[in-house]
Amino acid sequence: MNSEIALFLIQDGLTNGAIYALLALALVLVFAVTRVIFIPQGEFVAYGALTLASLQLGKLPGTAWLLLAAGMAVAIVESVQALRFGAVRRIPAVIFTYIIIPGSLFCLAWWAAPQKPALTLQVLLALLLVVPLGPMVYRLAYQPLANASVLVLLIISVAVHFAMTGLGLVFFGAEGSRTPAFSDAHWKLGVLTISGQSLWVIGTSLALIVALLLFFEHTIYGKALRATAINRVGARLVGVSPAMAGKLSFTLAALIGALSGVLIAPITTIYYDSGFLVGLKGFVGAIVGGLVSYPIAAAGALLVGLLEAYASFWASAYKEVIVFTLIIPVLVWRSLTTHHIEEDEE
Amino acid sequence: MSRKGIPRSRLVLGVFLAFILAAPVVLPEFQVTLLNYIGLYSIVALGLVLLTGVGGLTSFGQAAFVGLGAYTTAYLSTVYGWSPWLTLLTGLALTFVVSVFLGFISLRLSGHYLPLGTIAWGISLFYLFGNMEFLGGHNGISSLPAISFFGLALDTGREFSYLIWLLVLLSLLSMQNLLDSRSGRAIRALKGGGLMAESFGVDTARMKIVIFVHAALLASVSGWLYAHLLRFVNPTPFSINAGIEYLFMAVVGGAASVWGAVVGAGILTILKQWLQELLPKLLGQSGNFEMIVFGVLLVLLLQRAREGIMPLAVRFFPASRTPIPASSQALPQRVRPVVGELLLEVKSVRKVFGGLVAVNDLSFTMNSGEILGLIGPNGAGKSTVFNLVTGVLPRTGGEVHFRGERIDTLSARAIIPRGLARTFQQVHLLPTMSVLENVAIGAHLRGSKGAISAALRLERAEEAMLLAEAARQLERVGLGASMHEQAGNLALGQQRILEIARALSADPVLLLLDEPAAGLRYQEKRALAELLRKLKSEGMSILLVEHDMDFVMRLVDRLVVMDFGEKLAEGLPQEIQSNPLVLEAYLGGIE
Repeated sequence: MNSEIALFLIQDGLTNGAIYALLALALVLVFAVTRVIFIPQGEFVAYGALTLASLQLGKLPGTAWLLLAAGMAVAIVESVQALRFGAVRRIPAVIFTYIIIPGSLFCLAWWAAPQKPALTLQVLLALLLVVPLGPMVYRLAYQPLANASVLVLLIISVAVHFAMTGLGLVFFGAEGSRTPAFSDAHWKLGVLTISGQSLWVIGTSLALIVALLLFFEHTIYGKALRATAINRVGARLVGVSPAMAGKLSFTLAALIGALSGVLIAPITTIYYDSGFLVGLKGFVGAIVGGLVSYPIAAAGALLVGLLEAYASFWASAYKEVIVFTLIIPVLVWRSLTTHHIEEDEE
Repeated sequence: MSRKGIPRSRLVLGVFLAFILAAPVVLPEFQVTLLNYIGLYSIVALGLVLLTGVGGLTSFGQAAFVGLGAYTTAYLSTVYGWSPWLTLLTGLALTFVVSVFLGFISLRLSGHYLPLGTIAWGISLFYLFGNMEFLGGHNGISSLPAISFFGLALDTGREFSYLIWLLVLLSLLSMQNLLDSRSGRAIRALKGGGLMAESFGVDTARMKIVIFVHAALLASVSGWLYAHLLRFVNPTPFSINAGIEYLFMAVVGGAASVWGAVVGAGILTILKQWLQELLPKLLGQSGNFEMIVFGVLLVLLLQRAREGIMPLAVRFFPASRTPIPASSQALPQRVRPVVGELLLEVKSVRKVFGGLVAVNDLSFTMNSGEILGLIGPNGAGKSTVFNLVTGVLPRTGGEVHFRGERIDTLSARAIIPRGLARTFQQVHLLPTMSVLENVAIGAHLRGSKGAISAALRLERAEEAMLLAEAARQLERVGLGASMHEQAGNLALGQQRILEIARALSADPVLLLLDEPAAGLRYQEKRALAELLRKLKSEGMSILLVEHDMDFVMRLVDRLVVMDFGEKLAEGLPQEIQSNPLVLEAYLGGIE
């Protein structure tokens, strides 16, 4: 290996690592706020990428249908609950949020898709179609079990992952897709060629991380999420609804997931089930940070990206094996350094 | 609820056995194959029923353990021509090493690291199988030899079916034996009673590894069977998705009975078969669409019936009440100290939480045969002292001596065998277990037989002694009549008495009671006071943390009063009642 290849691999690793870092942050966020280990994060990546790919072909993406159906399901669940508690006045708001808005987004996509708008608009439309699925999934699958043990929530996550992967196959088919790069620009920097796409990915990731930081530090909703993460009961006592916190954290996770999908789609071919492995690599990073530390999780995710880049150069067949085996030394290290005190759950 | 004649559960079991015997002969080939798969999956799901349903842990990597068993036999029997029986043992040994290692590194951490670790392990092994040249890569290994059973080659699915179901039944039986034993009670305490179990000497970390390894070994056996049934292996059936499906089977069946594994495996296998025919036609394209149905089904099941299907089924089969085995021999008891001997010595004990000094250089002593009350207003640090003495919290400074031995450096688990047994301020019971079984956990350290002898029923003599001891303590505290009820159905007052019986089962010299009267009604308090007096008259020493003044004053020999982490006063109840400092602090000067 010469320095040119080494530098190329670093660039490659950092680009993928930036995406894993975003996912790792979302996983830590969701876990801290809701105790959900968010396995379906990867499906949002695949949905984001494949929705964009459909739009570029001028087709109505399958996620539009899914949004409509999920909205309908939430509307039914919410209305039944409203009727049971005699809160009929809530129903119009429910219909507006879960039927009218998804319906309008569907119509927008249906009208806009064949016209093949500019890339930025396509990305925006893809996000609008995929991100609302986040809070809807929370409402349907997790909210009725919000007080269950981490273990039950984890099994729910795996079940949601299964269902969403299967739906991905229905809506996008078994074919993989790759979207054109955001930028074809290349810069020569000594021996290294820097691609515009890498800069896009790294830049967007950094911007998103800064935006999240500002959100958590300076907005009331960000503070509410942090409060819930630190003390669920306490936050509830001062008026932070756990359902709101749950939906908000899932919205952020879905946004990060879908955006990661949009960013990664030009770099690698995405299939309906590719999201799982991408999401899990974010997980390996998050586990390095013990699922609690944002900066260590991000650093861990970058390490995963670099390891993957070098592994695919030296032993490409064993790439996944090497990346996922990284978790073993991490667990060894963590189990030797942390003193875990048993808490009784349930 | 005893019935005349043959119990319904025996009848169903008989019908099932007859079906298993007849099915391979009479059913068409396709159904026999399906039945074989259900058997193979049941073995894996059984491990997960133990791990997830009973123990509250989870693994998504079971398919990888199945693969480990399958590939070990495939490789060794084709390349080196080893006998499949030898490769079974090799596969089990390999699985044992891997699962002990994985369990050891991830079970010391919080509960969610094990499942995450097993996902990673499952994916790694799957790709490893697919890329190793010597394992045939994605094409796998073919032409495995048939298993021969005393010279009879099992080379058709029909014959093989008997071997599969023989192993299913053996696994079920040994699992049922295991759960109904000393180790079984410890395992059942893992979910929701870890702290309590540790206080009675259960090594919960070790128990978790035991059930993880047990589940892995069952998966490995299933893999061995699979390899020799198909006489061919490739990586596909050992993917992470298969691992997830195994977990679904265990959840669908539920942990109410070991048969949940067979029920779950049966339902999911048949449903999958049916959906794989139906859905592609419905959707007009091919693919694994059953995933959607499985996912949605599981979410609904966990939302509506978290315990799975078995609790519904179990209701139709009232359990035959096993009589307490008459034990000819009582458990040995420890040597009791003479009344009046120095028992417990707390020397300048100190506990600091962050900036808060919860216990500030507290000292007191206690003699054998007395009831000592530790009282004080809320937040005085009583419970903290209690937790320091019982080893639940590490102290910041000072020393605690028990019968001349220093115990403040020991863990809760190491303190109990020295003769200090405790109750909890908030009752820590296992609500679905019987009163008797709950009390028997107290006697955990008075037995020594482990999981293997339990599975093989080699520990019945010891088990009889443990249960007889638990029954004796229940009679002693007056709960003998409720022995077979579910602990969760008792009233709070009875639950507290149950906790005392459990502590007594540990054969303690000193009983530590943490606010035993809290939340009790007047009559219940009187009954409790009477019980404690009776125990004292039998020579038991009792340290009582309480803030019900009335209750304490009439019961104890001596009192230690705490306020703001310090000792305010010490003496006889009458002295304390007239101590102006105590009146000021504790009663707020109202009287």
